Amino acid sequence: MSLVTHLPGAGVRKRGRRPTAVGGVGPLGLGVAMLWLSLIVLLPLAAVTTRAFDNGLIGFWDAINAPAARSALILTTVISVIVALINVVAGTLIAWVLVRDEFPGKRFFNALIDLPFALPTIVASIVLLTLYGPRSPINLELNATRPALIIALLFVTLPFVVRSVQPVLIEVDREAEQAAASLGASNRTIFRRIVLPALGPALLGGAGLAFARAIGEFGSIVLIGGGIPYETEVASQYILKQIEVDRPVNAAAVSVALLAISFIVLLILRTAAARSRRHETGS
Amino acid sequence: MITVDTVSKRFGEYTALDAVSLEVPEGSLTALLGPSGSGKSTLLRIIGGLELPDAGVIRIDGEDVTKVPPQRRGIGFVFQHYAAFRHMTVRDNVAFGLTVRKQPKARIEARTSELLGIVGLAGYAERYPNQLSGGQRQRMALARALAVEPRVLLLDEPFGALDAKVRAELREWLRRLHEEVEVTTLLVTHDQEEAMSIADRIAVMDNARIEQVGGPRELYDRPANPFVAGFLGAVSQLGDRLVRPHDILIETDALDGGLEAQVQRVVHLGFEVRVELMLTDGAEVSAQLTRQTVDELELAHGDIVWLHAAPTTVLPDAGPDAAATVDPGPEVAGERAA
Amino acid sequence: MVLDRKATLSLRALALGYLIILLLIPLLLIFFRTFEDGVAAFWAQVTTPASIAAIQLSLTIVAIAVPLNVIFGIVTALALARGRFPGRGIVQAIVDLPFAVSPVIVGVSLILLWGTGGWLGGLAGLGIQVIFSLPGMVLATIFVTLPFVVREVEPVLHEIGDEQEQAAATLGASRMQTFWRITLPAIRWGLVYGVVLTVARALGEFGALIVVSGAVSGESQTLTLLVHSRYIDDHNVFGAYAASTVLMAFAIVTLLLMTTLNRRRELE
Repeated sequence: MSLVTHLPGAGVRKRGRRPTAVGGVGPLGLGVAMLWLSLIVLLPLAAVTTRAFDNGLIGFWDAINAPAARSALILTTVISVIVALINVVAGTLIAWVLVRDEFPGKRFFNALIDLPFALPTIVASIVLLTLYGPRSPINLELNATRPALIIALLFVTLPFVVRSVQPVLIEVDREAEQAAASLGASNRTIFRRIVLPALGPALLGGAGLAFARAIGEFGSIVLIGGGIPYETEVASQYILKQIEVDRPVNAAAVSVALLAISFIVLLILRTAAARSRRHETGS
Repeated sequence: MITVDTVSKRFGEYTALDAVSLEVPEGSLTALLGPSGSGKSTLLRIIGGLELPDAGVIRIDGEDVTKVPPQRRGIGFVFQHYAAFRHMTVRDNVAFGLTVRKQPKARIEARTSELLGIVGLAGYAERYPNQLSGGQRQRMALARALAVEPRVLLLDEPFGALDAKVRAELREWLRRLHEEVEVTTLLVTHDQEEAMSIADRIAVMDNARIEQVGGPRELYDRPANPFVAGFLGAVSQLGDRLVRPHDILIETDALDGGLEAQVQRVVHLGFEVRVELMLTDGAEVSAQLTRQTVDELELAHGDIVWLHAAPTTVLPDAGPDAAATVDPGPEVAGERAA
Repeated sequence: MVLDRKATLSLRALALGYLIILLLIPLLLIFFRTFEDGVAAFWAQVTTPASIAAIQLSLTIVAIAVPLNVIFGIVTALALARGRFPGRGIVQAIVDLPFAVSPVIVGVSLILLWGTGGWLGGLAGLGIQVIFSLPGMVLATIFVTLPFVVREVEPVLHEIGDEQEQAAATLGASRMQTFWRITLPAIRWGLVYGVVLTVARALGEFGALIVVSGAVSGESQTLTLLVHSRYIDDHNVFGAYAASTVLMAFAIVTLLLMTTLNRRRELE
């Protein structure tokens, strides 16, 4: 899956390169690319950022500190952290089984991992409602509860950790594990001291992507979450509501706050991944 | 003919070429020999138009091509890693240059088949590059470069990625091919044996400069400086002179003077025998003798002998930094220079 | 690490159990619910005028957004892989930005840029309606799908290196000839993979569209918006299941293509 190919650990082999007089798209191509990126991505984000501060810094603070906004932001962040952590454990487990274990139907399950990427989020919401919603066949009605939010987010973020850990686990040096075993290390010790450090950067990268996805998620939550203020209303639902009641400055402010949280977490995880990778390669 | 006139090239802080001048005579097979990082590949790529020089002029057959793009230089370029077009058959690879020139189909067909025959790949025309061995791929790349009838052929470490046996075969093959097509050829290599066995002229490069240009024999016998001496073959330091190991004469008595030394080890390598010696000042010298000579001298560990340089030796005096090029073979010397 | 049979089996059971409970059972259940009243009932739901209009709109958006992302995605990937320029790291980050931005924020930012009072809101005065109409939905779709083609093509460009392009140049091929004959065939599987991901995401986008569309039934309603409005506004649960099943079919086709393409690329 594409999202993880440029992540730590899933590294793309790069050949030493030097500038050449041929190939490439030249300054014109670079200009076209920059113009495109600016028009599609940068300009809208610049617009939302500017609007967030229309009423000054104090206005911005008031907007994100309004009780419902604050509650939505905190709920979103906490739940996203929980989801990322569960993903780290479940994702490592699934990746491990898919790489090291052999069983019939393995290819099927491997393909199934990508399903949440391919499935529209609103469909994910409907899908989960059929199981945990009003007509629940297992009598587990979770809709409009916080556990329902977590399940929905686990559904859509499942591939991130699996797909970043899997390639590293394939590449990992099995001889180091065998050496550790020959030195008398138990499986638990080998996993903790040998395998886990090798997976470190990939785990952090995958967790970061899962967190970023969870914190901004909307489609999979909209039906099953219920959007009850102070209870199950996540930040993106709050933002949409502000647009619907024509308070664009509030919507922009909470948007910027959400982006800021996401970027800060990604930055921290990326720094941690870089550090653990440097440690790994010993340079 | 290729003329390189005071060409310079820098990559950031790093000087790849420092006012280099060189002439590659019409029809010659010239080797550009030097350690990695000496600037030889950069020079070749500048001649080919794949890199632009910061200063200087490149002429091909007298025409200034410095600013001409590679497409219109009339060159054939062969890359170390073949640069095979992986999604095309061998035939389409060879035909590529003619196809993009929109030559008539019949002519492309005829020329391609002819070249596949010359390089011995006639039976492989419909295969894909990944179905060929490394040596076959490189022959395909040569055919592809020759198909457009280039004025000059540029080869960048063409056999560098091949194993030793195939490399030796292809060297021999390339020399015969060159006699057949007589295209002016410039070949980059870091392997002195390859340069000596294949080229009629060698330009030795080091540290962004050309150190010496000449025939293989000339460079071996009359190197301009210790670097060239060391890069083209093993040298030993005898007093203040550099001597080829096979030019060291060993006497078992001190009648004619000479440098006193003690035999450390006698290594039999078949016909040749390497004698490792230690001078009285502790310096180590390696001499190369025939088995017969060693037998006559009855050399053994611990013997005291006297060393002379053969009268034919005309290597330059060891300079202050000559130690760097002494004794270790060209590989080691090359690495130090790099 | 060598695990004994018991440990292997328990790990396997845990992992597969997680996947089955989280993904597989809900998925099968919705298929069951969709078809429990027969295929005819399902067919009736997906052939209503609103449903057909929604499918058409979804496909129209894909037909506009995908070619644009392919063209500009290839140019961007080439600039990133082959060019050396200051600020390359920043451009890389901008390409990844859509992955980290909530779809709802995408929609909001488009409204604030192109809507009334926005920097480019003046266009509405010229009769070009962006927000609450097709252009806005296309812009939102392009935003969220922008990284896919770049991120699939750029590593392939790195992988193949530029020697083949240089060889083509020395053989007399012009830049355009080199691109069409050498570069494009070399990146084709990466590109196709990127297109598959782009199409899947474009068909499935919901959050950004619900903000910019205004969701007028039959006019600016995509398939995903139809699922939402049937469930929430019309309380037509069965209709929502039916439309979801159509989307799910697209997703499964996507998944099959992804798997096939991956195997294909591994072979090359």
